[in-house]
Amino acid sequence: MAAQDTIFALSSGQPPAAIAVMRISGTQAGAALQALGGSLPAPRQASLRQLVHPETGATLDHALVLWFPGPDTATGEDLAELHLHGGRAVVRAVETCLADMHGLRAAIAGEFTRRAFLNGRMDLAEAEGLGDLLTAESELQRQAAMSALSGRFSQAIESWREDILKLSARVEAELDFSDEDDVAAGALDALKVEASTMRSAIDAVLDQPSAEKLKEGIRVVLAGPPNSGKSTLINRLTEKEAAIVSDIAGTTRDIIEVPVAFQGIPFVFTDTAGLRDAEGDAIEKIGIERARTVIGEADIVLWLGAEGEGPQHPMLWEIEAQVDGTPPYAKSGADIRLSARTGENLDRLIAKLVSSASVLLPPPDSFAVNQRQRMHLLNVSTALTSIAELEDYLLIGEELRLARAALDGLLGSTHTEDMLDALFGRFCIGK
Amino acid sequence: MEKHDFDIIVIGGGHAGCEAAAVAARMGCRTALVSFTRDSIGAMSCNPAIGGLGKGHLVREVDAFDGLIARAADAAAIHYRMLNQSKGSAVQGPRVQADRNLYKAAIHHMLDAQDNLTIVEGEVAALRFTGDSSRQVSGVILADGSEISASAVILATGTFLGGKLYRGEERMVGGRTGENAATLLAEQLRDADLPMARLKTGTPPRIDGRTINWAALEEQPSDDGDWTMSPLTPHRSIPQIFCAITRTNAEAHNIIRSGLDRSPLFSGAIDAEGPRYCPSIEDKIFRFGDRDGHQVFLEPEGLDTHLVYPNGISTSLPTDIQVAMVRAMQGMENAEIVVPGYAVEYDHIDPRALDRNLAIREFEGLYCAGQINGTTGYEEAAAQGLIAGMAAACAIHGRDTPRLDRANSYLAVMVDDLTLQGVTEPYRMLTARAEYRLRLRANNASSRLTGIGMELGCIGADRRDWFAARESSKAEIMHGLSRQIASDKMIEAGFSVKADGAKQSLFDWLRFPNIALKDMQPFLPLMGDASDDLLVEIEEDARYAPYLVRQDAEMRDLRANEQIELGDHINYRAITGLSNEMVERLEKARPETLSAAGRVRGVTPAALVAIMVHVKRLAA
Repeated sequence: MAAQDTIFALSSGQPPAAIAVMRISGTQAGAALQALGGSLPAPRQASLRQLVHPETGATLDHALVLWFPGPDTATGEDLAELHLHGGRAVVRAVETCLADMHGLRAAIAGEFTRRAFLNGRMDLAEAEGLGDLLTAESELQRQAAMSALSGRFSQAIESWREDILKLSARVEAELDFSDEDDVAAGALDALKVEASTMRSAIDAVLDQPSAEKLKEGIRVVLAGPPNSGKSTLINRLTEKEAAIVSDIAGTTRDIIEVPVAFQGIPFVFTDTAGLRDAEGDAIEKIGIERARTVIGEADIVLWLGAEGEGPQHPMLWEIEAQVDGTPPYAKSGADIRLSARTGENLDRLIAKLVSSASVLLPPPDSFAVNQRQRMHLLNVSTALTSIAELEDYLLIGEELRLARAALDGLLGSTHTEDMLDALFGRFCIGK
Repeated sequence: MEKHDFDIIVIGGGHAGCEAAAVAARMGCRTALVSFTRDSIGAMSCNPAIGGLGKGHLVREVDAFDGLIARAADAAAIHYRMLNQSKGSAVQGPRVQADRNLYKAAIHHMLDAQDNLTIVEGEVAALRFTGDSSRQVSGVILADGSEISASAVILATGTFLGGKLYRGEERMVGGRTGENAATLLAEQLRDADLPMARLKTGTPPRIDGRTINWAALEEQPSDDGDWTMSPLTPHRSIPQIFCAITRTNAEAHNIIRSGLDRSPLFSGAIDAEGPRYCPSIEDKIFRFGDRDGHQVFLEPEGLDTHLVYPNGISTSLPTDIQVAMVRAMQGMENAEIVVPGYAVEYDHIDPRALDRNLAIREFEGLYCAGQINGTTGYEEAAAQGLIAGMAAACAIHGRDTPRLDRANSYLAVMVDDLTLQGVTEPYRMLTARAEYRLRLRANNASSRLTGIGMELGCIGADRRDWFAARESSKAEIMHGLSRQIASDKMIEAGFSVKADGAKQSLFDWLRFPNIALKDMQPFLPLMGDASDDLLVEIEEDARYAPYLVRQDAEMRDLRANEQIELGDHINYRAITGLSNEMVERLEKARPETLSAAGRVRGVTPAALVAIMVHVKRLAA
């Protein structure tokens, strides 16, 4: 099994950042920590170590290290953590060094969580919650991830599962016992009404923005003709991220994505500048094509061009930029008039962006569903929808069975016995 | 190896014992059927009905292996009824009322005609074991001291194990009224340290039919038509009689309430678990007190007996209360009780101690079938007898047992449920137990199973011929149904379909509920010779096809996980992440495959992955 390998990965988000946390899990975790830091620290206590390349002796970083011997760890295996200074060079050097060690390899996506799951450290719903938590970069994400972890999502599934078990019980009573009397007749319509009510509840969850959105951030696209002030504005909005912003210049033909958090809400700003500025027909064509795609995927479009000439988009905001001088596109109905240079009204734009999160992101006190959960819930919804068309109890029973199976996929398993309990608890079944 | 008197000894001549002995003999094993008396073989001890919802499926499946029960039922059937006639065919249940004497005679006739089968009258006092640890069964010792040797023994002793009868304040020891309980054997089994548990079941009073005012009651006639329990029975042959329906009422309920304190169920004398689904009448009144009445089916027990079985009022109330309760019901004002109802409490083996061949894991060559495993009903018993008999015979011949699974038979559903979940109440088959019931229909049992039976060698010449003819007829029709027909042609032939020019096979056209196979004569000229049941089967295959396609992925998972063998010696305690409750259940059930482990109640997908990883590590 691949579980023999010791794995490592950066678990704190992409550098640069103040601190980068590198996790190492598996039987070689202790050895790796010793090789880098000289000695194993006391379990579960942060210690300062000089990390040295085991072969060249070069100092890599001064770091806090932690040592968690298995099996009582997050992954159920020996676990080491290196809290590095978050520069890219440091992280890359440590990664290279670890990869060269015998028995170690970089983790693939989700592998830590999977090991925790395989080692019985959590159930599936918790595993998914934790997976999200580990990749969460903002407070909002953390809250939503905590909510899944603490089982709110599980509770909701549990209550749907109960409801479906009850419906199943009624259908089965009709199938297995109606000829023996003691089962109320003509319940088909009531059953369909209940199935449809439940479907609405599930669809409401499906209609909510997905957990991925929370993780990926709200996509804000800046669009407008050349020299309309897009680059200045994006630089100003993301000025904290100087390192990344400076990257933009070198890659103007690509889509530039800059992640930023305002008040804990994640955004990804995209500048379409490079796409439209390009010269030459072929590239221009590709550029327009890609800009269209980017705008199609955007949650919000900031339009800096001529008023009313922006792309079709449900959430397009007319921005009048450069109000400190002569705005290139004066607007009578601007949503916001601002100056990136002086910072005038930037706070208003940010406030407006932040307040948009309430519609674009799942509320932090509810739970958000990820792609896999969405697929299962969609199956439940489809099965419940089919019931409306059916008259044959047998086929209704089959649809409910599929709905139960889909909920099982989300949480745990329902056994036929559970359904029988519901059946017999509810009816006086005679013979 | 020691030369044995027989290959297989079957103890008990009830429904399980008879099927077990008969199938073993059909498969060429020298078989002995041991019963207290020859006369009690094939007796219907309780309700004189065979079949029903879920149960009818089992009867047809046993029949598909050329078993006895369906043909014997036809030979004795005085009333035919297809339950759930108005619902999808996969949940329709054929059921008959059988004349006890005719039924018993039919069983005797078939057993007498069976080669390789010897009936031995006697009481089995003890099992004989050999081998280093005395775990290999080698025969039985009878009460008269004589011994019979064999390589396998099938216990089909019914409620004879530690049976205790209750009626009001009365207590009796025994299985059925008037018979001895096999207490010696029970002691030996108890000493063997097998996991045992206690269950209770009950029976209603028997009424003298001459004292019932039939004219005042709603009649329930036999079904129209000429369907039979076994497709090998060409026609119904016995005169058909009426059943009738009455109801309990407020007065009867009051009478019952007045006697509750004298019922052993409520006085605490019986604490074994009774069934959730066919509770005694006092249970029903106690648990569902708001109901104003419960239906009671009055089922004559036979053509030459006056006994009537009032289905629905199983009870262990004292006799005086029973009489008053019965007489409070319409049409029953002057009814005389011939034998009062009673409750039976009995030991059974926790079926989780059995493997999927119904063999006890702790022994070699010892099988259990029927009520001893915690089931109720003739059909469930017969089905287990068939499974145990086939498995024992396969072992004698050194062959693999047939791979029955939840997707091909109710037989496997039952064995799987019993051996993985155990029982908390007498186990009765229900269609709700079968996840894949759209494919497990009572009327396609032959298509599903007779082929497997032929490979095993348990199908007689008559059925082989019948089956071959049916299969070739089916192949012909299926070939005809593969023809692509455009919608305009369908409309020309008189079908009402959308004129969208769509072209699809006749089989696909059958998906639509308003298109019937019998109306396809213009496209399928050869169909006239086919039997009705075959046409119905094909039509339903087509109708359910879209649902069956959706189950294909599940089917692949099921069968893939069936391939992952867990072996007998997994230390579940060594697997991290399993709760104590899971460990306990897994240790009791000892699932043989990963798929089976996933069906043990309470085992989560996460636990399943942990088990799989553990097994793979062991294998690595």
